[in-house]
Amino acid sequence: MKKLLILGAGTAGTMMANKMRKHLERDEWEITIVDQFKTHYYQPGFLFIPFGIYTKDDVIKPKSDFFPVGVNVIYSKIDKIQPEQNNVLLEDGVVLKYDYLIIATGCKTAPEEVDGLKDKLWYKEIFDFYTVEGASALADHFKTWKGGDLVVNISELPYKCPVAPLEFVFYADAFFTERGMRDKVNITYVTPMPGAFTKPRATKMLGELLEEKNIKLIPDFAIMEVNNDEKKIVDYGGTEVPFDCLVTIPPNMGDELISRSGMGDDMNYVPTDKHTLQSEKYENIFVIGDAANIPTSKAGSVAHFAADILEENLMCSIEGRPYTASFDGHANCYIETGYGKGTLIDFNYDTEPLPGSFPFPGLGPFGLLKVSRMNHYGKVMFRWIYWHILLKGKELPIDSEMQMAGKKL
Amino acid sequence: MTTKTIAGVNIEVNEEGYMIDSGQWTEEVAKEIAKEEGIELTDEHFKVLEYIRNKVASGETLTIRGINKSGVVDAKTFYKLFPGAPLKKATKIAGVRKPESCI
Repeated sequence: MKKLLILGAGTAGTMMANKMRKHLERDEWEITIVDQFKTHYYQPGFLFIPFGIYTKDDVIKPKSDFFPVGVNVIYSKIDKIQPEQNNVLLEDGVVLKYDYLIIATGCKTAPEEVDGLKDKLWYKEIFDFYTVEGASALADHFKTWKGGDLVVNISELPYKCPVAPLEFVFYADAFFTERGMRDKVNITYVTPMPGAFTKPRATKMLGELLEEKNIKLIPDFAIMEVNNDEKKIVDYGGTEVPFDCLVTIPPNMGDELISRSGMGDDMNYVPTDKHTLQSEKYENIFVIGDAANIPTSKAGSVAHFAADILEENLMCSIEGRPYTASFDGHANCYIETGYGKGTLIDFNYDTEPLPGSFPFPGLGPFGLLKVSRMNHYGKVMFRWIYWHILLKGKELPIDSEMQMAGKKL
Repeated sequence: MTTKTIAGVNIEVNEEGYMIDSGQWTEEVAKEIAKEEGIELTDEHFKVLEYIRNKVASGETLTIRGINKSGVVDAKTFYKLFPGAPLKKATKIAGVRKPESCI
């Protein structure tokens, strides 16, 4: 029996287990997936928790609901990969052999990387919303909060779901307006980027939205520390921003197992060919999703598009053919802007987000870089699509390669 | 994209003055670009530039926190060496692409 081993059963790993089980004959290939946790989180839903729109129960399901028949599932911590020996060691000493390995161990927030972040105000007046615990604690805090300076700070790039912090401040504006206390809340968006976003057109559009909603933007801010006593964040250049409630996007890092295996960069991301998704060092190792160091967004949509590419290339490799699929860095993000509306961006390694319609040229129904009700419905519907279609590796009517049709230059 | 003569070499740069081909970089070119940014390069600057060039060549993302932890220079000194917007200036002088990320 040949062995395909998948590390990590999040969005990317689960999709790959479903896709590959369809291709590989059961009497020839054994597929095993390993993850330490039994719960699957619908991470795009975390954004809604602080504002009381979703609760914890809306974003969790057992991982076991999404594995296909014929895949071995092991719930265990992973100690390390020994890529030279084609071994993976689990925490309890079990050794798994593989012919092919897919690394899908993701990334996570590392608040301990910034001085003073995970300190005495943590989950009292400082929160993250990238964990279910942080998002729920913030929801509780907002219930009785009297207002003041609400500061949203991105520690550094890259971080998961680059648009989520913007959505957060748009939602905060609507939330406090609806509660009749917007005049008591100053919202400030503090980012290491030179503007609201990185690429010119989206930055302009989103920057204007911030202004329209009376959200102050402080760009080029590289956080050095959080001063818990004086309740302010300080950057390396000396700029200080006071807060009454700080919502942080901590630095993101790949899993420590990557570092234990000696396979990562400083941030524990695995060097990966950005087009083939093969590890740069090992022929029989592929990397998908947030675990890879490829220069695109860390987001489920990217993992989804990349999964189509990896499916094809892995089969090429197994059958000894040259690679036929090349990943273009395609990402597609709905951006909630509050009041039941949203916008949408679609981009890749080389093409910045452009205005237009999506997915059908001229028809939409979604508008790119436009604020509309339909875009909001897209995001709302997506949770259903995620659980029922995407994780199970089924086809969606969207090309994995970014399309220029329908876009305006 | 435009071509610019820097230290006697024709160099392709983007609209913001970042070099397109990192291979065209020399210490002389760096000194010229630094001058335009109002910086006189010292050995300490060059240590940082070398670190940045290596990082970018290996496909890693540059962050100020990362540089602070690198052992080459701490963040405070990095700001002193390249005042204002250190990452933007240092990458421009190092002849690598502007650190934009992934979004």
